[in-house]
Formats: sequence, structure tokens, C-alpha cells
Amino acid sequence: MTELGVRAGGQAGDGIASVGETIARCFSRMGRHVFGLNAYQSVIRGGHVWYQARTGDGRPHCQGDGLDILYALDKQTVDVHAAGLRRGGTVVFDPEKFAVPAGDLPTGVTALPVPTLEFARKYTSQSILQNAGGVGAAAFLAGVPLDLLHQVLTDSFGRKAGDVVNWNLGASADGYHFAESHASVNPSAPSKGGAPKLLMTGNQAIALGAAAAGCKFLAQYPMTPASGVMHWLAAHSHSLGIVVKQAEDELAAINMAIGASFGGVRAMTATSGGGFSLMVEALGMAGMTETPLVVVESQRSGPSTGLPTKTEQGDLNLMLGAGQSDFPRAILAPTHAKDAYLATIRAFELAESWQTPILLASDLHLSESHFTVDREEIAFDFEPSSLFTVQPNGHDYKRYQYTESGVSPRALPGQPGLQFVAGSDEHDEKGHLVGDVKAGIPVWVAERVHMMDKRMGKLRGLLANSEPLVREGPADAPLTFVAWGSTVGPVRDAMAQLTAQGKPTNLLYFPTVFPLDPVAVVKAFEQTRRTLVVEANYSGQFARLIRAETGVHLTNRLLKYDGEPFYPHEIVARGLEVMDHGGK
Amino acid sequence: MAESSARVLPTPTGGTLPMVGKSDTKPTWCPGCGDFSVVAAIEMAVKRLQIPSHNVVIVSGIGCSSNLPHFLSSYGFHGIHGRALPVAEGIRWANHGLTVIGTGGDGDGFGIGAGHFVHAMRRNVDLTYVTMDNQIYGLTTGQASPTSEMGQKTKSTPTGVIEHPIEPVSLALASGATYIARGFSGDVKQLVDLVAGGIQHKGFAFVDVYSPCVTYNKINTFDFFRQRVYKLESAGHDPTDIVAAWARSLEWGDKIPIGLFYKTERPTYEDLEEVLAAGPLALQPSGLKGRESLLDEFV
Repeated sequence: MTELGVRAGGQAGDGIASVGETIARCFSRMGRHVFGLNAYQSVIRGGHVWYQARTGDGRPHCQGDGLDILYALDKQTVDVHAAGLRRGGTVVFDPEKFAVPAGDLPTGVTALPVPTLEFARKYTSQSILQNAGGVGAAAFLAGVPLDLLHQVLTDSFGRKAGDVVNWNLGASADGYHFAESHASVNPSAPSKGGAPKLLMTGNQAIALGAAAAGCKFLAQYPMTPASGVMHWLAAHSHSLGIVVKQAEDELAAINMAIGASFGGVRAMTATSGGGFSLMVEALGMAGMTETPLVVVESQRSGPSTGLPTKTEQGDLNLMLGAGQSDFPRAILAPTHAKDAYLATIRAFELAESWQTPILLASDLHLSESHFTVDREEIAFDFEPSSLFTVQPNGHDYKRYQYTESGVSPRALPGQPGLQFVAGSDEHDEKGHLVGDVKAGIPVWVAERVHMMDKRMGKLRGLLANSEPLVREGPADAPLTFVAWGSTVGPVRDAMAQLTAQGKPTNLLYFPTVFPLDPVAVVKAFEQTRRTLVVEANYSGQFARLIRAETGVHLTNRLLKYDGEPFYPHEIVARGLEVMDHGGK
Repeated sequence: MAESSARVLPTPTGGTLPMVGKSDTKPTWCPGCGDFSVVAAIEMAVKRLQIPSHNVVIVSGIGCSSNLPHFLSSYGFHGIHGRALPVAEGIRWANHGLTVIGTGGDGDGFGIGAGHFVHAMRRNVDLTYVTMDNQIYGLTTGQASPTSEMGQKTKSTPTGVIEHPIEPVSLALASGATYIARGFSGDVKQLVDLVAGGIQHKGFAFVDVYSPCVTYNKINTFDFFRQRVYKLESAGHDPTDIVAAWARSLEWGDKIPIGLFYKTERPTYEDLEEVLAAGPLALQPSGLKGRESLLDEFV
């Protein structure tokens, strides 16, 4: 695919994310697919941040390997990013702030000094307006029509008071025209595509999916990178009729969500690894009390506080093992925004149908990156099914009745004649305690086993109703990539690069990372030649899971735990190595 | 609102709706335990207020007293240690047509659950929280609790407690609860009044009950309290006076006050949560059918 990468960099507080999102939105309104990566540090002011918008005539699945236009708000941005500029690329900067010696740039890359501060001073003494001139120049180079840029700026600043919109329009036009008279449009700049696309983060897609699935209650405690779920739902709480509660901690958040679910609404909580660690005990309670619950676990680099603003897929073991003993759960791992929307709906349906907690495994790279979605890919035709699975008859109601599927008729508080106690202790079919005076008495020992088997039996249903593994690419390819979650994106881009080199590969990915169907997994790997597991953690947690569940031992691994997302070229390089030298 | 129609809970037609009574599970407490009085008081209070059993949810954590929901015929949620209140809050927000009563012990509420206790009170969630405060950990066979007195010898403090105890009524006053009372298992009649008053009160009602552990606490016994308690209403206490309530809450020793310390009116969390103005959340429509314009913000 012909592609274009536009990157803006500077210090936190410079407004880089807003500059980057403006450019990304220009592309999506041109009807082009975009991937936007927001790279930042755990500081509010200072530090180095950058945003990359990648577009082209195809669908970029990640931030890509190179860039063509770099808008540098400080010298550090040039120092860090100039080497990635492709031939024909341009660095936009303000010579009033720093100089960019030609020798600092790769061959074929030009410097475009733009007097952005001077433009800004025409309108205001607020230096933040310099970004408008920079955006204007970058937009020209990227082939964005000025009127489109102005629409996007008007929409983003429209709510601000006074002259802010007009200043931005003026200064961006100044930058745009300056670039027009001193440089030319990058040859890789996209032409106009079809209808405008939707631009959203993974977190927004999850929030939207929750609302579409009939979620009425979210309790959450702020934690990067999951907070975006709460931000979107809080902003739409009143119009959508969804109660959004910022809890005092993650212990409260998950317990509130369980209470709300028990009380009769679809409920969710979202967090990252640290918060999820606090939720572990209650997760088991949701399993034991058979209360539907959706938990979003947006992973970031660990252990402990780790790299709070950097990505990882290192919490899979935690998600698999969270809680005492065994209870049925499923872990869904969407790969991009549209997928996250659909997976969230699926998570609610599974939770409701199987009356057990469902985990949605996201990560910083999915949660906070921007993705484009075609409007028709997000349908609002989903009809939440009824929570009421039992009509009251008033006689001998058993909340935890033994059934073939393991799912028992569910009553809600407020329904007359069906009162029961949901207990975190082991209980019998009516919910009566088996945990205290009955434990150890033979008849109750048998009861315990029966109840445990009933609950765990739901795993069969979860498996039968989960998305099976997916194979993409030619069946007989010499190399099969194995991936899950957001890592699938860069793998897809790497596969495209390899195909372009005449080396087609294929991919096995797992929309449901748990439970796995051992028969299907073993069969899939019987058909592969060489494999390469690509995942963002130290120990190859998913490869270990596959081995534990199926005995399939995948030895070629590309593991990354530096906090940065995968770049396609890294996957290409390792893929070529395995094709040439690797074992199965 | 979304286009899908509002829901109704399926209900049987005709017949009478039974009031809360005893369940078919016998309490598992030691003979003579103070908690028998508390479960009886809750049953009588709910009966007095004529709230049918299907509209009552009793929520607890873990501990001897937290088994209480099993012994009444209402709905119940017997959760994990220290987390009764967030579950109770979630239930209230899902369906604020329900009467929600939290129950538990001093370890559950003021130890592991202290954070939730404080926050539920500042929110003024409209529920009633009844603690059975025996100043000891009973179910784990006799360790010090957050309300054990200084110097008390327990299995975990063989040379005596060296931490100042939490005073639950003072903590509730500081945290913004709007109905704060203290009862005693030796006075069921007053306890019924206090619990019924709490249920009727619009806002967070806290009733701390001295409910002696006859097995592991040989200091704070029924006799200990019988010799010391006096009733606030007989002592001319004005429950609208927060300064007086504060002073009374600090009394300990020869004379220990029981009764209503403080009562005030403040909007509840449910009043201020605009989404709930449309009725109980569980009965509101859900989903995004017909809301396609919501996607415009992403263009």
C-alpha cells in the first residue's frame, strides 16, 4: 500500500495529542483509514511525547515503520525521530526556537522552517497557537485541503469561547500557505477516498460496545490506560441513561458492579493490571454467586506500577488465574477498535447467558490508539436479551438449580416469591450455606462436588459460544504467525510486507484466548509448517497457555517487553529468520 | 432515551405478598450470641414498616454476623469480607425501589471495609447499615478487632492491644452519615425502633449495635453493657445537634450512651444521580437502537 506517516513531537503540555488527532481526523474525513499512536510519559508537563498518524490507500493496522512528515516542537523531537524519515520527507519546525542543520537529517529529507510563533503573535500572546501554524504546514504537505482542515479545527475548538476558533483558522491558514509557497505536497499523500470514516480509540469502542450491549452501570477507579472507558461513558451518562460511578478504589468498583448486576442491570468495570489485582477476590465471588459481570483489563507494562503509559500483554497469567480455586470465565482479546466494539457486546452476552464473569483483555496499544471504522461497521441493531430467565411460580424456586448447561434460572430482587440469598460461601441449589455447619458431612460433601461440577460445566457452553481461532493468509504458507490482542495489528502489516517481498505467510489468532478448544488448536497446528509466536511479554504467556491446554509447544517466539508496541519491521526480520533457520 | 421499551419485572398475579419472616435456615451463632437480637430486630422493624419480603435485600460481608441474610426470608447477598457496602450501593443504584440493608461485624465494617464505610456515608446512599459490634474477631476464633479496647488481651495480642480503637459513631459523624444510632442487643425494643427509624430515614442510616460475643470477648459482655448503658432520649440529647452528638459519641467507661445520636436531611446520592430520575435503572430501557447519531462525534 502507498502510505504516509505524519508525526508530531514535543513536550507534554505542548498539545501534541491534539495536533496529532487533528491530522488523523483530516485523513479519516477524507475517507482514508488511519492508525494513530499516542506515545506519552507519566508526566503532565515536560518529558517527550509524540503522536503518529499513519494513513494510505489501504488499512494501516499499526503505527508502521517510517514517517514522511515530522512536525517538531522541540529539538529533541528532531534528534529522536529524524532518522525514521523516509526519502522525500520533511521536517517542519520554527527557526525562532531552534535550528535544524541539514547534516542532522537523512539523505533526501528536507527541513521546512515555518515561522509559527510569528503567525501566532498576529492573533494572541498565547504561544500554544503556534501549533496551528505547524498543523497548517503539515496538513499542506500531507495533501489535506485547507477547507477540510478548517472544518476539523472548527469542530474541535467550536465549544471554546471568544476568538479561539478564528485564531486557529487564521494561523493554520498562514502555516498552510507558507508551506504551499516553500515546499510541495508529499508524493505519498493520500487522495480523497470514500465517505468519511469514524475515528475512535479502543477505549471509546469498548464504551460504545458496552452501551450497545445494554450496559446500564459502570463503576471504575481511574487508572491508565483504562480510564478512557469511564471518560466516554461519563460524558454520555445522562443522554444514554447509564450510571457511571467513580468508586473509592477498585475493590469498591468491582463489588458495586456485582451488586448492580445482582440488582438487575448489565454492569461493567474497567481497570489495568494493578487495579485488576485488587479485584481478584470479587471476581471469584461473581463466579461463585453466578452474577454476570464484564471486566475490562487494559494491560500496561508491569510488574507493579511498571511503565504506566507503555503497553504490554503481560497480565494474561493474572487473568487466567485470578481468584481462588476454579470458576468458569472467558477471556476475549479484541485486536482493533471495531473488534473491541463487537467483542464488548459479545462479552455482555456471554456474561448474561452463562451467569459468570467475562474478561475483556485490552492493552494500552488498543485502548489508547486511534483506529478508523466505517460507519456501517458499527451497527446499533443489537437488542439486549432479557435478564429475567425465570417466571415466578412461587413454589420451590432454586436459584442454583442443577441443570444440564449449568445455567440456573435467575430471579432479580423485587420479584415476589423468588427470594434467595446469593452466597460467596459454597451453597446448595437454594443458595443455603454449605460452607459452615454442613461442610464435611458426607451428603454435603457430595453436594459440594455436584455444585462445583454444575458451575464448571458452564465452561463447555462458554467454549461452544465463543469465537473460534481464526486463520488468515494462505493455508500452505511456510510460516505461521501466532498472536492475540492488539499485536495482531502489526503482525498483519508485517505479513503484507513479507507478501510484497514474495514471501507469503499466514496467521493464527485467537479472539478468545480462554477457553481454548484443544481439538481445534491441535488441528490448526497440524497444518502449519513453521510458527512464530508474537506477544508483548517476557515469558511468552500465551505460548505457555497453548502448551498447557493442548501440549503444542511453540518454540519460536518474538517477545517484547520494552513498553513499545511492535513495529512491523521487527516482525518481518524475525519472521525471515525463522523461515530460514527456525524449527517448527 | 433509547427506543426499546421499558421493562417490567415479571410478577405473579393475585395472592398476598408475604412480609419478611424467618427463613428455613436456623442461625448458626453460639447460644446466647448478641446477634440473635439483631436479626429479630431487623425482622420486626421491616414487618412494622410493612415492606414485603421481595422488596428487601440484606447484604453482608464475612464474619459470624455476616451470615445474617440467610436467616430471613428476604433477598440476600452474602459477599466477601469487607465489601458489603459497595455491593449494597450497587444494588441500590440498580434498583432504588428496593429497601437495602447492610449487615456485618466490626472487623468487616471498620477493619477491612473501613474505606467503603467512610465513602458510602459521605455519598449519603439511601440504605441502612447495621453493624454487630462485639469488639472481637469471632469466626476466626478470637483476635483483636478495630474496636477492641486498649489493653485487651486476645489471641493476636497476648500482651494487650496497643492501638486506640475506632469509635464508629464518631467516624460516622465525621464521614457525613445522616442518621447515626447505637443500639444494644440487650434492648431489642429500642433496637427495633432504631432500625425502623434508619430504614425510614432518607439517606445513609448507620446503627452500630453492641452485640456481645459470648465465646471470645470476656470483657465486653452483656453484663458489662447492662451496667453502663443509658438512653440518649432520656438524657435530653438533641439529635439535631452535631456538636452534642460528637461529645456523646466520645463517652466510654462507666456510662455509655445508646439511642439516636444524630439525624439530618441531605439529598441522597440517588437524588443527585440524574440518571435515576427516570426511575429504577433495572426498569429503564437499554441499548443503542435508534441512536445512530451518537456516531457523529467520531467523524
